[in-house]
Amino acid sequence: MIPFVIFGLITLVFFIVRVTPSDPVSFIAGERATKEQVAELRQKWGLDKPLPIQFLIYIKQVVKGDFGISLYTHQPVMDDLMKRLPATLELTIAAMFLSILMAIPLGIISALWRNSWFDHLLRVVTIGGISIVGFWLGIILQLVFSYKLGFFPLSGRISGTAPQYITGFYVMDSVLTLNGNALLSAIKHLVLPATAVAFSSFAVITRFVRAGVLDVLRSDYVLYESAMGLPSLIIILKYVFRNAITSAVTQVGLVFAALLGGAAVVIETVFDWPGVGLFLVQSTLLADYKVILGVTVWIGFVFIAANLLIDIAQVIVDPRRVGR
Amino acid sequence: MRRSQVVLSKILEDKLALTGMLIVFSVMMVAVFAPWLAPHPQDVSQIHLTERLLAPSFKHLLGTDDLGRDLLSRILFGARVSFTIAVIAVGLCIIIGVPIGLYAGFYDNWVSSLIMRIGDIFLSVPQVVLALAIASSLGRTMENIILALSITYWPWFSNIVFAETRKVKKMVFVEATVALGATTFRTILFHILPNVLSPIIIRSSVGMGFTLLTAAALGFIGVGAPPPTPEWGITIAESRRYLPDAWWFAIFPGIAIFISVMGFNMLGDGLRDILDPRIRRGGQKAKREGEE
Repeated sequence: MIPFVIFGLITLVFFIVRVTPSDPVSFIAGERATKEQVAELRQKWGLDKPLPIQFLIYIKQVVKGDFGISLYTHQPVMDDLMKRLPATLELTIAAMFLSILMAIPLGIISALWRNSWFDHLLRVVTIGGISIVGFWLGIILQLVFSYKLGFFPLSGRISGTAPQYITGFYVMDSVLTLNGNALLSAIKHLVLPATAVAFSSFAVITRFVRAGVLDVLRSDYVLYESAMGLPSLIIILKYVFRNAITSAVTQVGLVFAALLGGAAVVIETVFDWPGVGLFLVQSTLLADYKVILGVTVWIGFVFIAANLLIDIAQVIVDPRRVGR
Repeated sequence: MRRSQVVLSKILEDKLALTGMLIVFSVMMVAVFAPWLAPHPQDVSQIHLTERLLAPSFKHLLGTDDLGRDLLSRILFGARVSFTIAVIAVGLCIIIGVPIGLYAGFYDNWVSSLIMRIGDIFLSVPQVVLALAIASSLGRTMENIILALSITYWPWFSNIVFAETRKVKKMVFVEATVALGATTFRTILFHILPNVLSPIIIRSSVGMGFTLLTAAALGFIGVGAPPPTPEWGITIAESRRYLPDAWWFAIFPGIAIFISVMGFNMLGDGLRDILDPRIRRGGQKAKREGEE
């Protein structure tokens, strides 16, 4: 199943990207290039061969973990990807952390006080959260918190020099190298983009936690325990929470995968965050088809792998699922 | 039809769904009547360099943009662009996805599993990313944006219709219809389709909002419709060079997107409560939504 989807994805994206009306070679060679120069480049990149042959060559490369060479940076696409991955991961993890921290308590409270004013308010807020345009929210945050108030930097990952490279995560690297200034700067740069990314995931997770808690509250064993005279605080902490969290785990995984590939792409552009998303957008504007192809396929890999991991995590959190 | 009356009366009772419906209706009206509502309809393309980047005033209620065009007029016309894109894209998704879902759900053969797996390929990448690849290689036109959005979104419809058809197919009344000698075509069209309509309607409403968001994101990134199209995402992208001074330039188009998308999401959420009483507010069905 999974190999089929991956192969299908590569095929799909390859033909979408290659069947373009615009010719990447003449675009890159420039208007003044002679016919010979264009033909030479064409040969150099293997573009003179028929499309099916090009496809087979590409598949052979991808199997070996090679996405080819970028037409602009002249670096292997895989290297550029790996260099930018920590930035995207750092942003996504920070956003996930923020949204989970907010979503779980709010979701539980909203379920416990069902149909109260708080519940209604949160419903409106969460619908707002999935309706808001992430990149626009990012711009608003920039407008208020960096232009007007000056609390946070406008864009980028860090001011001054980056901490010594260990993991590629600036926050973690500055902790490991005991670099206090870098840590502060890295966190400050992270706050606005992470908030912009977190808003939609917060909304989705809150809705799930709420629905999960409601399901558990209606179950017979909760009724039984409260009939036995157990204090409701203990019931909630020990039984409701544990069972409600299983539905949230799936959601967290799905949201994480979605953020990694989707939301982050656009928001990285707003904050000039040097991650995979910004890389993809810049290459799109340059018509660097090798990078578009490589990054899209790679995001597909991550997405499929994430879904697989979620299925596994679900079984661990909720062993009842095995038989299903 | 009685059922539609029941649904309508329930929408009127549900505050959220009602608000959503009113918002959607008003934005659609704006889209249709933009040339009459806009204070300066000629401003959509006309440039007035002397009036560039003016703050909101009585003459220009929402200010002007970098080429001196009235922002309110451009936003109102933007509703046309965004709604045209969203309506056609979601319409195409229904046209592609629903028959495929019905076929694959009704028949249980290799063709149906092949189609569903092909759908999975499209779902294996976030929509923005795939739409970005398609739109950028096809070139910047409205048609290509619509194409990119529908190519990447139809599997949502086929998946839902597939799952529901499988359920309905096992019900006794379908068996009875077949036993009575109804043709397969008739069974699917008149007996199964009406019973899988609710999820299609819910998905369409949520999908409209989602498509509006993705279209705006594509415009913002720079692969949307070409300027001077008054598309909201493009307008926000253009505004970035003039921040923080021309704040109105960035803020108002975003509010327009937010209100329209929120309308569809509220309507979709309310419809889900009304049409699908088994799942109240974000049960299993919303699981799929998270993936978007």
